[in-house]
Amino acid sequence: MQNVIESSGISKNFGTTKALNDISFSVNESEVFGFIGPDGAGKTTLFRIITTLMLPDEGEIKVLGMNCTTDYKELRKNIGYMPGRFSLYQDLTVEENLNFYATVFGTTVEENYELISDIYSHIEPFKKRLAGKLSGGMKQKLALSCALIHKPKLLVLDEPTTGVDAVSRSEFWDMLGKLRQHNITIIVSTPYMDEAMRCDKVALIQDGKILAIDAPQKIRDGFSRKLFTVKSVEKYKLINTLRKYPMTLTAYPFGDSVHVTFINDMVDNSLFDYLIKEGISDVVVQETKAGIEDRFLELMNKTE
Amino acid sequence: MKIQVITVKNLVKKFGSFVANDNLNFEVFGGEIFGFLGANGAGKTTTIRILSGLSKPTSGEVKVAGFDAYRQTEQIKKNIGYMCQKFSLYEDLTVKENIILYGGIYGLTKSLIKERIAELLAKLRFQEYENRIIADLPLGLRQKLAFSVAVLHEPKIVFLDEPTGGVDPITRRQFWEMIYETAARGITLFVTTHYMDEAEYCDRISIMSEGKIVALDTPENLKKQYNTATIEEVFIKIARPGSLHPHPPVPFSQERRG
Repeated sequence: MQNVIESSGISKNFGTTKALNDISFSVNESEVFGFIGPDGAGKTTLFRIITTLMLPDEGEIKVLGMNCTTDYKELRKNIGYMPGRFSLYQDLTVEENLNFYATVFGTTVEENYELISDIYSHIEPFKKRLAGKLSGGMKQKLALSCALIHKPKLLVLDEPTTGVDAVSRSEFWDMLGKLRQHNITIIVSTPYMDEAMRCDKVALIQDGKILAIDAPQKIRDGFSRKLFTVKSVEKYKLINTLRKYPMTLTAYPFGDSVHVTFINDMVDNSLFDYLIKEGISDVVVQETKAGIEDRFLELMNKTE
Repeated sequence: MKIQVITVKNLVKKFGSFVANDNLNFEVFGGEIFGFLGANGAGKTTTIRILSGLSKPTSGEVKVAGFDAYRQTEQIKKNIGYMCQKFSLYEDLTVKENIILYGGIYGLTKSLIKERIAELLAKLRFQEYENRIIADLPLGLRQKLAFSVAVLHEPKIVFLDEPTGGVDPITRRQFWEMIYETAARGITLFVTTHYMDEAEYCDRISIMSEGKIVALDTPENLKKQYNTATIEEVFIKIARPGSLHPHPPVPFSQERRG
């Protein structure tokens, strides 16, 4: 079996809202596949369909070679799902939650301990503590342990890093990387573009549509223009001034600089002359490589 | 001449024997965009509650908008705005009703509220949404409106708690442009966020770990000092509990409530 997920033309409507619109993609075995997009893009709806919790209105989807409608009972045994909202039993202890999930799936913690040891060992010292009393980072580790305890073939993580600090986020992605050696396929969603680079393949999703699917590096390479960073102490004035420059195509604030594309894909002295005339004399301009977010912006502009 | 709108000297806040804020010292200036970063449980929320007049320091000197954080908490509250991602507007009220409500709470006159409604709707190109309830608004519009409402009374300082979490990249940039514009009007923006690319937009940032401020400078200088390309890398180097101490890290100190 090659493809863990094979989706063609999936659509789902809620009333007049098209939550998913003609979604097609495939996920290979042992891949970390990321769905990157803002809130309301349709990520959770798609994950609910993949986990057999919801049926699509149109299209076909096969997960682990099985039909999501007819084979859902068998399929669920092979999927580990970590929803976006913490969904463990808050009034059970860490240990009780883990035992409960193992039992539900007809296994024991001992049997698959090796798979979770890396993650669970961080919270094991607190195994007698109620799940509701854990910190955010610890809840996340417990939820991941519970989603893995039955050794699923497919792990589905819905926004696991939202609201988590940068240190814990980075640790979490390291943990996912290590799961690869156990031949577990992972699909993960996130609203944060910088996490795309930690995936093998990503789909950029917006308003229920996929804007692009590829390896993250290739998505960056897909940026169609030369991109420049322009810096000045007066950021706000710089953005507005750059937008009025006749050769400017796009100008977006990006952290401490402005990312700019020009109609002729180049910077010449007329830009500096113009900026000095407008009272900005401290600019530093450099060509830069587009990131995932630059490409996302470009694709959003094309669809509008 | 830079005006100090927040002055914090030797701030300590204890809960029983636990020291949530351990001798903090910093200033924030008028019209500055100040990023306030730290790991979960580092003590950020405690500081923000003190700066917004909701909690009193155990010791130290704290002044916000010229008012004392021990005795003048009501005046502080009148001079600040607050917006967070989780809750900011009443979902079952319309756009217009929310503006009237917040205007009323901040003691704006009826005629001024009316003026502000017209201004806001025009600026945000929101006219068609005037009588729609918040629950029906797309997230991006909701966030922009929430921000506008937080500065409705022209406060000296606005506290923003992860203002752009989950919004699309275009809306996010429009939002930051609103922040820049507000700063240009002289209002101070005090931003907390877990997302380090957001930190790069700020004029200066501080990073908290285990109740202490462990770094405070412009994003540019911090990247130079720690020899990194991004603030995220700076953060990972220094915000991990114990990372600045010679002894091994204390496990799970991040679980402490901030």
